[in-house]
Amino acid sequence: MSSERRALAADSLAGAKLDNFFTLHAQLKETAKLYSAREALFVHATALPTRRRSHFDAQNLLETGGRKPYQHNDGWMNRLLTLLPRQEGQALALAPAIPMILRGSHAVSSFAPSALPTASDDLLMRVSALYQQDPQLHAVWSRAIATRAQAGDLADGRLNAGAMGQLAAKLLVGGDGARIALIESNHWDTHAGQRTSIATRLRHFDNMVVALKKGLGPVWANTLVIAATEFGRTVAPNGTGGTDHGTGGAAMLFGGAVEGGKVIADWPGLGPSALYEGRDLKPTIDLDGLIASALAQHYGLDPRQTMRVLFPDSSGQPFGKTLIRA
Amino acid sequence: MAAPAIALNRFGLGARPDEPLAGDPKRWLLGQLGRFEPRPAALRSVPSRAEVAADLTGYMTAGRMGRRKGARMQADGAQQAAAQPAMPSRKEARQELVRDIHGQYRLMNSARLVSAMTTTTPFVERLVHFWANHFAVSADRLPTVGLAGLLEFEAIRPNVLGRFGDMLLAVEQHPAMLIYLDQAQSIGPNSQAGQRARQRGNNRGLNENLAREILELHTLGVNGGYTQADVTEFARALTGWTVSGVQRTRVSRYVRDAGPGSYSFADAVHEPGARRIVGRSYAQPGEQQARAILSDLATHPSTARFLATKLTRHFAGDEPPPAMVDRLARAYLSSGGDLPTVYRAIIDSPEAWAERPAKFKTPWEWTVSSMRALGERQVRPGLGSQLLKQLGQPTWQPGSPAGWADTAASWTGPDAMLRRVDAVQRLASGAGSQVDPRAIAERVLPGVLSAATRTAIERAESPQQGLALLLVSPEFMRR
Repeated sequence: MSSERRALAADSLAGAKLDNFFTLHAQLKETAKLYSAREALFVHATALPTRRRSHFDAQNLLETGGRKPYQHNDGWMNRLLTLLPRQEGQALALAPAIPMILRGSHAVSSFAPSALPTASDDLLMRVSALYQQDPQLHAVWSRAIATRAQAGDLADGRLNAGAMGQLAAKLLVGGDGARIALIESNHWDTHAGQRTSIATRLRHFDNMVVALKKGLGPVWANTLVIAATEFGRTVAPNGTGGTDHGTGGAAMLFGGAVEGGKVIADWPGLGPSALYEGRDLKPTIDLDGLIASALAQHYGLDPRQTMRVLFPDSSGQPFGKTLIRA
Repeated sequence: MAAPAIALNRFGLGARPDEPLAGDPKRWLLGQLGRFEPRPAALRSVPSRAEVAADLTGYMTAGRMGRRKGARMQADGAQQAAAQPAMPSRKEARQELVRDIHGQYRLMNSARLVSAMTTTTPFVERLVHFWANHFAVSADRLPTVGLAGLLEFEAIRPNVLGRFGDMLLAVEQHPAMLIYLDQAQSIGPNSQAGQRARQRGNNRGLNENLAREILELHTLGVNGGYTQADVTEFARALTGWTVSGVQRTRVSRYVRDAGPGSYSFADAVHEPGARRIVGRSYAQPGEQQARAILSDLATHPSTARFLATKLTRHFAGDEPPPAMVDRLARAYLSSGGDLPTVYRAIIDSPEAWAERPAKFKTPWEWTVSSMRALGERQVRPGLGSQLLKQLGQPTWQPGSPAGWADTAASWTGPDAMLRRVDAVQRLASGAGSQVDPRAIAERVLPGVLSAATRTAIERAESPQQGLALLLVSPEFMRR
């Protein structure tokens, strides 16, 4: 590792020691506690089998589960819903619009807090009547009304990351509400000034995870949280105190359901000859196989079938190791 | 949808009840190409480049003085107490400048909305919004908060009826773009600046962000036939393209002062040597090199296809009909990227006049068309930025250089619908009690209104509620 990368990574060396090789970033304080409680598992040097350095291509692949960007019009999380019992197969995006990963034939909902004064019940009722004849708007509108009722007082205002975790928990613990939630987290594209910006992002992320745990209460014991990204960053810093789009990166699993307290990696090393195309961390674990295995183990599904439905064109295999408690 | 309604809503920005469309819809659209004003009254009082740059320079200077004082205090602990009173004023000065810059953003935001509400050339105004989104800059960090709007006013509007290549060059040399995609601080490793840094043990240099996004998002498109090597080569060619006076970076000392916030080429930062990009060689010196590359990219067949696809999607539907894409790409290539030629090909495309609504309105389109339907010509200060943020599309803040998505799936989530209904109650409540929502409905959606919507409006408990129902009706949500 060059001395410059060392400076960029200083905060990552200052956090909790995970084993005799990996450490956690200093801002991930609550995450470190989850790791000690064996409720957090990290996988390193992982990436999707199709390598793209365009955000938009790579995000599309991560969300659609395809081999080629824009080849599929639905997301793998929507396809997952078709494998689950009706009760389990209800999903919600915590966003004003539904992200690609959740789009598809299975109806899903979306919700995000609003600072607008809410419309009167009378107007809502009249709009319901107005949309009766329009199948698209009628379906969307019915889900909107139901979710707003469930969010209650968290429906108002702008939320920080912690409150977002709290809201997600609230929408998940209700009796007949969603059982799967998607939270998008942005601004990880640290081309410049990475040391400060990554610290802020990780602190917010840490707050969100702990708020989720707190809000879910006893349900946390049966919960699986997957945190994944479309690609890692270049190993060497660029000319502007940041890093450019890379390949291999980390994925994280949290929750009481996780067989945690370990880092899984087939570490390729950071020497010049070990890098992918001479610049990026070389991926040694397929991210799609990892996701499929975690979900299959969690829901008691057949790993191969899960892989076929979620990532139909993948050449990869389900990941063989135990990720979820038996 | 009948032709007049399509011209007003799909090509235009929604009807104003006080400006009915008279005459032939196609002629009305073509006529706008000769009447468009790059700098209409609504935009004449927006903060200038000089004002925005002055605030950024002030912020940078206040920061430096604050830091120096802080460093000295640390070194000299005994005097710390005595020196302290000066500190808050620096901090306050910076906070004041930050407030000022956000104020400028809000002013530009309102001006953009008023311009869209009042324009008599709404087809061309729509195209301005289209290109501003194509060349998206996100006002997420302080320097781009004030500059993002200026990119649209200074680089897009004057070129919307010109050649794409001219618009491309104006955009890539605009300080908003150079700063947003980190180009302003990229250094050629073998340039004078790069060599000097290396001698001091700093391995500082290239940032390939802008080069990549020009190829992927601005010109060839992601499958347009370029490689990672092309990206890096192009990044080398672009070194030296920077901005003077508003940022303090490792490049600053090499930048000739062209006035704060102005584009400047810094030869000492430029990577020497010839470059090879997408199969062509470029041996030009200095600034001319990247100019020549941009010029070739502008007329590349992949660029023609990429832009034709986006334009077709914008006017003929989320699944762009291939025949129209081919037609627009041909018009583009045969005219050397002359935009009015392409616009005429759009107007002449039967696919763009299909009766079924082609598009679900974005929050921006819905807001503009609502304000136009309400006959408004002014907005309360700050309303535009507040409202669009709540509706999920804050102006000049798509959060990514790819801009906002132009497909219904991005805007039809349950929450997004709920927000429009929340917002409409507020918008419509401003209308006077003398308005007749039934008459307005017939004027803004000529020949389009469904029986269900007409009945809902008639049965509303007040004129305001009638207007609210019109603006969230299925017909008004689409174009």
